[in-house]
Order: sequence, then structure tokens, then C-alpha cells
Amino acid sequence: MSLDKDTVRKIAFLARIRVPAEALDGLSGELSNIIGWVEQLNEVDTKGVEPMTSVADMDWPRRDDEITDGDRATDILANATDPEPGPSGGDGGFFTVPKVVE
Amino acid sequence: MSYLISGESGDWEVVIGLEIHAQIVSSAKLFSGAATAFGAGPNTQVSLVDAAMPGMLPVINEHCVAQAIKTGLGLKAKINLHSVFERKNYFYADLPQGYQISQYAEPIVGEGTVILDMPDGKTREIGIERLHMEQDAGKSLHDQDPKRSFIDLNRSGIALMEIVSKPDLRTPEEAGIYLRKIRTILRYLGTCDGNMDEGSMRADVNVSVRRPGEDLRTRTEIKNVNSVRFVMQAIEHEVERQVEAYESGGEVVQETRQFDPTKGETRPMRAKEFAHDYRYFPDPDLLPLVLSQDLIDHVARGLPELPDEIKERFVADFGLSAYDSGVLVADIDTADYFEEVANGRDPKLAVNWVTGNLFGALNKAGLQITESPVAPESLGELLDLVEDGTISGRMAKDVFEEMMATGKDAADIVEEKGLEQITDGAEIEAAVGRVIAENPDQARDVRDGKEKTIGWFVGQVMQATGGKANPKMVNELLRKKLLE
Amino acid sequence: MTALTELSLAEAGQGLEASDFTAEELTRACIEALEGGRDLNAFITETPDIAVDRAKASDARRADGKAAGSMDGIPIAVKDLFCTEGVLTTAGSHILDGFTPAYESTVSASLKDSGAVMLGKTNLDEFAMGSANVTSYYGPVKNPWKGPGGKDMVPGGSSGGSAAAVAGGLCPGAIGTDTGGSIRQPASFTGIVGMKPTYGRCSRWGIVAFASSLDQAGPLTRTVEDAAIMLGAMAGHDAKDSTSAPIDVADFSAGLKEGVKGMKVGIPEEYTLDGMPAEIEALWQQGMDWLKGQGAECIDVSLPHTKFALPAYYIVAPAEASSNLARYDGVRYGLRVEGETLDDMYMATRALGFGDEVRRRVLIGTYVLSAGYYDAYYRQAQKVRTLIARDFREAFEQVDVLLTPTAPSAAFAIGDKMDDPVAMYLNDVFTVPASMAGLPAISVPAGLDGDGLPLGLHLIAKPFDEVTLFRSASALEEAAGFDARPPSPKGGTS
Repeated sequence: MSLDKDTVRKIAFLARIRVPAEALDGLSGELSNIIGWVEQLNEVDTKGVEPMTSVADMDWPRRDDEITDGDRATDILANATDPEPGPSGGDGGFFTVPKVVE
Repeated sequence: MSYLISGESGDWEVVIGLEIHAQIVSSAKLFSGAATAFGAGPNTQVSLVDAAMPGMLPVINEHCVAQAIKTGLGLKAKINLHSVFERKNYFYADLPQGYQISQYAEPIVGEGTVILDMPDGKTREIGIERLHMEQDAGKSLHDQDPKRSFIDLNRSGIALMEIVSKPDLRTPEEAGIYLRKIRTILRYLGTCDGNMDEGSMRADVNVSVRRPGEDLRTRTEIKNVNSVRFVMQAIEHEVERQVEAYESGGEVVQETRQFDPTKGETRPMRAKEFAHDYRYFPDPDLLPLVLSQDLIDHVARGLPELPDEIKERFVADFGLSAYDSGVLVADIDTADYFEEVANGRDPKLAVNWVTGNLFGALNKAGLQITESPVAPESLGELLDLVEDGTISGRMAKDVFEEMMATGKDAADIVEEKGLEQITDGAEIEAAVGRVIAENPDQARDVRDGKEKTIGWFVGQVMQATGGKANPKMVNELLRKKLLE
Repeated sequence: MTALTELSLAEAGQGLEASDFTAEELTRACIEALEGGRDLNAFITETPDIAVDRAKASDARRADGKAAGSMDGIPIAVKDLFCTEGVLTTAGSHILDGFTPAYESTVSASLKDSGAVMLGKTNLDEFAMGSANVTSYYGPVKNPWKGPGGKDMVPGGSSGGSAAAVAGGLCPGAIGTDTGGSIRQPASFTGIVGMKPTYGRCSRWGIVAFASSLDQAGPLTRTVEDAAIMLGAMAGHDAKDSTSAPIDVADFSAGLKEGVKGMKVGIPEEYTLDGMPAEIEALWQQGMDWLKGQGAECIDVSLPHTKFALPAYYIVAPAEASSNLARYDGVRYGLRVEGETLDDMYMATRALGFGDEVRRRVLIGTYVLSAGYYDAYYRQAQKVRTLIARDFREAFEQVDVLLTPTAPSAAFAIGDKMDDPVAMYLNDVFTVPASMAGLPAISVPAGLDGDGLPLGLHLIAKPFDEVTLFRSASALEEAAGFDARPPSPKGGTS
């Protein structure tokens, strides 16, 4: 299966990575090459075979319904670019991003 | 009864499906130990997991699973013993991981049914397609700053149940009743508080129209409608829009829309260049959710009585009409209140007082039944006083008003104000005698055949006795004295 | 001070216990070696102050008679994929610029609690994606072993920095992660021991995730015994990781020297590749002879789906990675490139922040999960994975361990194999199948190739049977008697 430039552009948008127009050809070639190589998997007869859901073979781990976390806005915001302090007098703060128009 | 929109070219049938997002009642989030309470300072109820810090991993809150099972049982649905969490991948500022942990191919709950009590007394069965668990996203504020949007992740990771109906609804009214019924069931179960104002329950509405008998046509999705009224309005407007589109030779495009209640219209959400491709795949950080039938049975045994069951019981044990029962069970607090009043008493009297006098007074005062100044035991006592003749029915209304205003017991009020009914035959007879003697003309009218004037006499005797004479006895004695 | 840095981890532990030297002395010796070895570019962040503090604390504990165990006071290097509290953690990527976690990964915390001394964060392929440590934002790592004419060779990857640090004599042990071979293959390229435990044996909490169903932390050391000691301080159930096995930490050194008499060693026929270098084949044969000489029986087995493991891996791992790396978006931490709109910001940040290999794998991963392709690629790959695991399970009904080469070649020059990503992927051909099946596996240095570069042999054991793995590896190590050393990083030979 060959990936054309248009497909690469769509995939790049889904992955939110800007690919400059001049790089599309090269990337398209590379990705096509890799996909072409992995396509040998089609040779395998997997009829009746379940996909592996988890390598771990055990009962699902769980937690109790208890508040054991949170209340650490400082840590949460510590590495953020351009955080905004919360409403004055209160705890916490906001992450900020370029304004979204909905 | 079919609901059809008449277009210029003929009739149109409406097909509606609802996807309800209900926040699970739990102390902590679905995959992290942060708190879920409403109204905390921004990003103060966020764990490292919720903030999607590098290397963080989810661990599931067992209680949320139990709540989902309970809800599935309440919807008379199949609980799937094997279900899988999958990642729904997309980018948005309020989705820190860049994916939402949800369920796709294998949800925890399968098909079920919900019975709607229609106003005409009939019932309608609406199919449930599935219920699955998923994380809520955070919140974006777009109006705090001219150039920036603010992100608060407190809601990020809160447990939600998505309840998907089959496209069985056919009218906006039905959709409203369905939404209310789901809300009632969830509140009865204690799995969601159904508080649409606070966002703990919201609906996505799928709407399409078609000629009666046709296959389904393209549907649109109206997202995040947060009240029953808006759901019904949104459907009406969207149906109008779609019919108009078809009638004018146009088409309906599959898209996501928003309802604007102030303008009374639906409009497309911001157009995306490419359709969402969520690239669902099983979350490799989690194991499949494998449940035992024993666990399901255990949860089933612990289920409270559900509205449909209580309704049937009220009809059977108390002889109430289906309609009256339906009104009472619409809210668990009302059903509980009523049951306490009705036990050991005349149920019809209890119904009238609860749904008539009590509801009326509460509405006027803007109170919920749980905030009622008159407790069910107190109302019961009042009814006892009426039943045993201590006060008349009419007097009871005044006493009730006083109870609402002061919170005092019925007995105390009656005593304080000396409102006991006069049931002494001699006393009444004396009063009757006096009134007849004072009004010979009217007495003659009655003897001449004007039965209606007896009513006037009753009024006079009631006045003379300060309203306290037992009206039945007054009536009997008047007739005896006047007509014999 | 060279002598101290030549000690194995076990020897260092014994020396500390015998008060031959202090932890502080040992640590300072490593710090000095580190400074002298900067040409290797093995470290992204050096933490000498933290190291000395922890060494002093270890000495104090020991003086009080409260030494924590065999890892107390031992200097180690930590792959920069483990989040370390208060210390820059980059995953070898531009996109985590400045990221300082407020938390410590479970594995590095466990080592810290055992008294180990962190010398610094080692260099790695960006987001652990690579098998030569040439994709790091912080530049390539050099193998302490030089190629013909003193050429700079790759140390292998992705744990290239950790491998170079141990092989270069900078410290006795390091931790890395292994997803498709990222500990074992660099161990093979640098002539040291590198081991990947059973999936679920060590917690993944706090390790920057690459491929969730494959990532595992593991030790890189000079001897098998050292690896067993380190693993003991790393392993354990973690309630914060839903894939962490609820299994007790075994004494991994139990019966280490008991040998392989009576053991059955499987030789999978499908690991003989077309065009396999004669040296590798010869070494493999040599390995079989060594083990037979020690009383083991070598049995031919078949793992029919072996050749599909690598392509399946290159569907599953990128798919999981594409989702795991979605969080690197400039919003909450790391690099941010401003944009007019949110999408602009995402696209510019991720374009600048991710290197070419990461971009390649994220795009492949996005593609194989996308609508219309999920069944053909991802689902098919996961089915093939079931078959691979089944192959191993059936083989293990007949044998106790499997013996294969670790890598299809010795280390190659920095700059080689850059034209074709697939050529680079083929480095993992022998290590990937064990990863796909979640099995414990180890690389033991076994010999040198014609250019004098190290070659490793690879053992695979049953799930959670690390004890057998270490025992057979120890026997192999003894028989191989590999004692070659690379030139000292400062120049000259040792």
C-alpha cells in the first residue's frame, strides 16, 4: 500500500504535526516503504485467532472509591507555559491556550 | 397515535434517539483518586494522572463499575461479563491525554428497556442500545481573556455513563418523558444525581425525519443539551429545519449541531476540515473488565425498588390509579413521602393531600419535597384528625396552611385555636333549631320543594357555629327538621 | 581511583560492607570517571550533588548498622526516560524542554529506597525509539568500543547512554527500558549484560510511555550477578500500574551459580536468517557448545511465526506510541511554540519538538489505527502476537530456556543505516519476539567480531522465571569468559 501526499497530509493533521509541503514527498516515500514492509503480515492466517488484549494474565486491578489525590495545583501547573492564577482569594490556577472559537 | 409533521408534499415521521451522559455518583474519579465535587478552585481536584503528566497510568475505581452495573440492571439491560476500555483519540485543550478512555466495541451494558408512562395512561417501551463508562473532559473558559482560553481540569477524568437509546422515540414529548424517566431511575438507584443545571446529566439528541414506512434517513446530532425543555425545543426546531430542507429539494447533511435556546435554532458546530477519526483501540494500560455472574447477582440483590415496581405496588396495595401512581413515583422522595402518609390510612385521601395540597403549597413556596416544613408523619396526623372527625375536611385545609407556615403539629394548632369539630348532636340540633327559627321564610321555601335552600341553611349553621359543626350532621339534622 | 570504577556491582557492595572504602569515595570515583568520559555523551544531566548527598547518607546508614541491602551506596545511572523528582527529565526530546517532574518513577524510587546513588540521567534515543541512540535531541552517544581506525560506533539503542556508561567504566550499573530490545541490543553492542524482565515484573509508573504493552524497565551491568542484584531492587508490584503483576519479588540470585546440568535449551530454527553473518552463526553455535559442555541439552524447537514478530512490532508499538505521545502538545509542560489557534500551536509545537524518527513512528501509528486500516494492520498484528506467544508457550513445554544471538551484527558506525528506517529496524530482529510475548530475556557478552567489537548471546525464559534465566545466563557467562574491555574513555587502553 502506497501512501500518497494527500494521505500523509491528512494523517499528519490527525496527529497534529505540521509537515512542510516540501517534506511531504520524502515522508510519503518513507512511510510507504515501512507500510509495504509490514504488510507481509497479511501472509499469516489468523482465522479464529483472538487479538492479544493484554500480555498480563491476571484479574483486573482496582482502587477503592476514596479521595487520595488532587489538591496539588502548584505541582500540576509547575511546568506550564503561561499559567493564569485562579480567581483572587481562591486556590488553584488555569492552563492557558490560544483562544478557541467554538 | 402517530405524530406526523405535515409538509407541503405530505407527512413526515420523526425519529429520535438520545445519548445521555450521566455523571456517576462517586467520591473519586474513574481512574484517579482526585475528588469529583462540584465548584472547587480551578485545577485543585486534579491528580498527575488527570493532568496526563508523562508516565502516568490509570487504575479503575471499583465503585464506578458497581454503579454502572446497578444502572444497567435498573434499565433491565444485559450486563456484559466481558467489556473493554478503548482509547478515543482526538486533540482538544480540555483533553490532556489526547485521548479519552471510553468503551467502544465491547461496552459493559448491552440492550435493555425503559417503560414510559404517557399522559393518556398508556405505556410506551423504549429500547436501550447500550451503556458504557467513559472519562469526562475538563472545562474550557473562552470568555475570560481576549486572546486566551483558560483550561480547568477538575472535571477531567470524572466517571460518566453514556446511555444510548435505540431510535425508538417519535415525538419531542416522548423524548422529554424518556429523559425524565431515565433521570428518575438513576436517582432512585443513587448512581447519578440527575442535576442537569450542574452538568451532571446532559443529552446529545439524534434527529432525523422520514416518510412513514421509509427506511431511516440521515440524522444530525445536537450536542450537550442540558435541560428537558431544551431537548424538546431543539427537536422541534431541528425537525422543522430538516423537513424544510427536504421539501425545498435540498438535503440533510450528517453533522453535529448546537442548540441555541435564545434564538430557538440549531446550528452546525464549528466546521472541521476533516471528520473525526477517533482511531479506537483497546487501552493497553488497562486489563479487560471481566465480571462474574456472582457479582452481578450480588449487585442485583442490593438494588432498591425501582419506580415501575413501586408504581405497580401502589396500584395493587393502595388501589390507586396508574396515573396517580405514576405522578407519585416520578421522584423517589415523593414516593417515600407518600408511602409513609398512606400506610394505615385511606390511600385516596393521602393521594389527594400529597399531590393536591402539599404539592401546591411546596410549589408556591419554591420548595422541594425534601425541604417540606410538614413531615410525612405530621401530614398523616392531620389526616387522622379528619378521619376521626376531630376536624372537618375544610378546616383541615386551614390547619395545613398553618402547619406549612409554622411547622407546628396539627393537634397543637387545632387545640390552640379551638378548631375541634362540633359533633355533639344536641349542640348541633340546638344551632339548627335556632337558625330555622330565625329564618321562617327560607324554611317555608324548603318545605315547598326548594331543596337548594338547604345548602344555604347549611352555610348559615356553619357560620353560627364558627365553621366547626360537622357539615354532614348539620345536613342530616336540617333535613330532618325541615322536611319531616 | 580507577580501581574503584572497575569493580562490579557485587564487588562494590562487598567492599562497602567490608569498609574497604566509603560510598562517598566510590561515588566520587564515578563522578570523576563521568567527567573524563564526557566524549561518550552518555549523560544528558549529571547529578553529582544529589549523588554525593545520597552517598553520604548511605555511609551514615551503614555506620549506624542500618545499611539497606546490597544496593546501598551503589552508584547507578538512570535512563532519562524515568521521571525523577526535581531533576530535568527529557526522554531525549526537545518537546520536554525544561520538564522537571514533581514525582519519582516507582522503579527509580525503589532503587533510591534501596540506597542506590543516582549519578545522572543518561542519553537515549528520543522517546526510546531507536536502536542506535542516534535520534536523541541531545546528540548521539558513542560506543566506548571503537571501530576500525578508531571510528565512532553506535552503542545500540534506545538505552545507549546507560550501556555506554556501564561499558565505559563510568558506573557499575544503570537502568534502562526495553520495548523491542532497547536494553539487550545495546548491551550486546557494548559488551555488557542487559536484561528485560517479564512484562509486569517492574512497574511502568513514572516511565515516559512509548509502547504500553511492551515497555519494561531493566538493569544494565557488567555481570549477570549484578543484574540479578539490581533487578531485586527494581521489581515489585505497584498498585498504581494496572499492568503490574501481583507477584512477589523472588530472590533472583537464588541458585545463580548452580549451573545448567540437566537443563533443556531450545534452539529456535527460525532464528537462522538468510545472510546471517558467519561470525554470529558461529558464536551461536559456540554458545550451544558451552552450555552442552556444562551439562545442558540443546534441543531444536520451532517458533513458526518468528519472522512476523518484527513487522507486527512495527505496527503495534507505533500505534500505541502515537496515542501515548498525544499528550505532548505544549499545553501543560515542555516546549510550546505559540500559534494563532490551538491547532496551530499543536502543529508547530509537535513539528519542532519531535525528531524525524518519532514523527515517522507517530505517523505510522496514526495510519495503522485509522478508519479503514485498523483491521488490516493493528488487529491483524495483535492476532499475530497471540500466535507468537503461543509458539513460545508450546516450545516451553519442551525446554527451560531458549538460546539465540542478540543482534544480527556488531555495532556499526554512527551515520550508517540512516538512509532506510527499515534497515535500522532489523537490528531488533532477535530481541523483538520475546518482547511481543512479554517474556524475560537477557543478553550476555560472548565474544568479539573480526573488528574486535562485542557480540552478545541471548537467552529467553518462561514468564516470571527470571531465576532460571539468570542461572543459565551465569553459566553462559562463565563459559564465555568474556573479559575484553574497551579503551578507557580518557584515551589509551586499559
